[in-house]
Amino acid sequence: MEAEGHKLAIFRGLLKFKSNQQKIWGVLIFLSIVTTVEVALGIIKPEILMIPFLKMKILNWIFIILTLVKAYYIAWDFMHIRDERSGLKNSIVLPLLILIPYLAFILLIEADYIFDVMDSGFVAWNF
Amino acid sequence: MEVTANTAADSEEVWRGGNKPLNVSYGKMMMWFFIVSDALTFTGFLVSYGFSRFKNINSWPIADEVFTHFPFLHGIDAPMYYVALMTFILIFSSVTMVLAVDAGHHMHKSKVTFYMLLTIIGGAIFVGSQAWEWKNFIRGEYGALETRGGQILQFVDTSSGKRASIQEFAVAIETNRSTHKSSNGIWYKAETSLPTVSLEEVKKGFLANKNLVIRTQELDEKGQKTVLSRSESKGILGNAVGVVEGANLIHNEYGNRLFADFFFFITGFHGFHVFSGVVINIIIFFNVILGTYERRGHYEMVEKVGLYWHFVDLVWVFVFTFFYLV
Repeated sequence: MEAEGHKLAIFRGLLKFKSNQQKIWGVLIFLSIVTTVEVALGIIKPEILMIPFLKMKILNWIFIILTLVKAYYIAWDFMHIRDERSGLKNSIVLPLLILIPYLAFILLIEADYIFDVMDSGFVAWNF
Repeated sequence: MEVTANTAADSEEVWRGGNKPLNVSYGKMMMWFFIVSDALTFTGFLVSYGFSRFKNINSWPIADEVFTHFPFLHGIDAPMYYVALMTFILIFSSVTMVLAVDAGHHMHKSKVTFYMLLTIIGGAIFVGSQAWEWKNFIRGEYGALETRGGQILQFVDTSSGKRASIQEFAVAIETNRSTHKSSNGIWYKAETSLPTVSLEEVKKGFLANKNLVIRTQELDEKGQKTVLSRSESKGILGNAVGVVEGANLIHNEYGNRLFADFFFFITGFHGFHVFSGVVINIIIFFNVILGTYERRGHYEMVEKVGLYWHFVDLVWVFVFTFFYLV
């Protein structure tokens, strides 16, 4: 499914569009649905999703995953990464995909350690 | 499609990738370079926000309690709705942008103009909304006291279970204290305007109203702020050293000061991107009207600013998650 250099299928070919405009509207609908789900979850805050998992509530993990899903479709369809050569695609995505989780990982681990020190240490922070 | 100045080099294969192994023009590639580096800048901001948050994980402000305003709905608690609306506006302006790019591929000048105009309007509404959010955040709502250690003490009315505003329950005390002005002396130090109520007035009002208790920054097991009993509240009231109304880079009535600092820096930096995006879009919009790209034979410039605009949208998706949802 290619038209004028655009790949018109999303969801791994599950959904195919006839033209690029149609694909844009389709992606908009998908992004709107995801955002609505996020906002609804944020307002309702279901009790069952408040259980901690890996230092964070399950709800927060869901938010982060949905954000990454949105980011993927914005980059792939709005920014046309899907239509670029794999060389360009990789040179854009891989540095971010490697550096961002790395930085997040080391800083959050460090912050968690500092929290423990402040929490169980002999220094008063609340006076 | 993307036609760049054709040189003789295009036809000759230099090495095995040829002259354009990525099949992308110079300008577009440079825009991608910029976007990747800018993405890492925002990463730095957001990760340091996460650092501060994990460091203060049991006393971080709850976003739902901070951002509760919606235009024209005064006094109604509407957490998240307005930011959700802003998110939709930005996603929609992203869609009109990508439609403008698509129309550019088909050389439809009038369509490109129309979609660019919609994009600019969407961006302007978004920046305006963000300014309004800032205004509410800076002005504050209930006010609070600050202890010597920088902890924030907020007030709850046990009869209604709602937050109590210090301006409302404070009992006025006659005083001659007034803001020091430069006209009143030769040797002077500039002073910011005084809070509407003084610490003594708040303390007096607190002791006069038996329903009031203090809420601290600490979160309990359920993730709610800890509310002290009346006697505990009276004890901790003595620790207060000042009144805080609203938020700035030094004081923050909502809780941890770093929250306000990161809010100003991250949404401010993003808002600056949106603002410059709108300005760039306006420039390109006029170029489209003037027929610059019609004469050039391609609308690649629209695609390039489109990439920037989508990137701004992409960053907002993350800011929205980490500031308002998580």
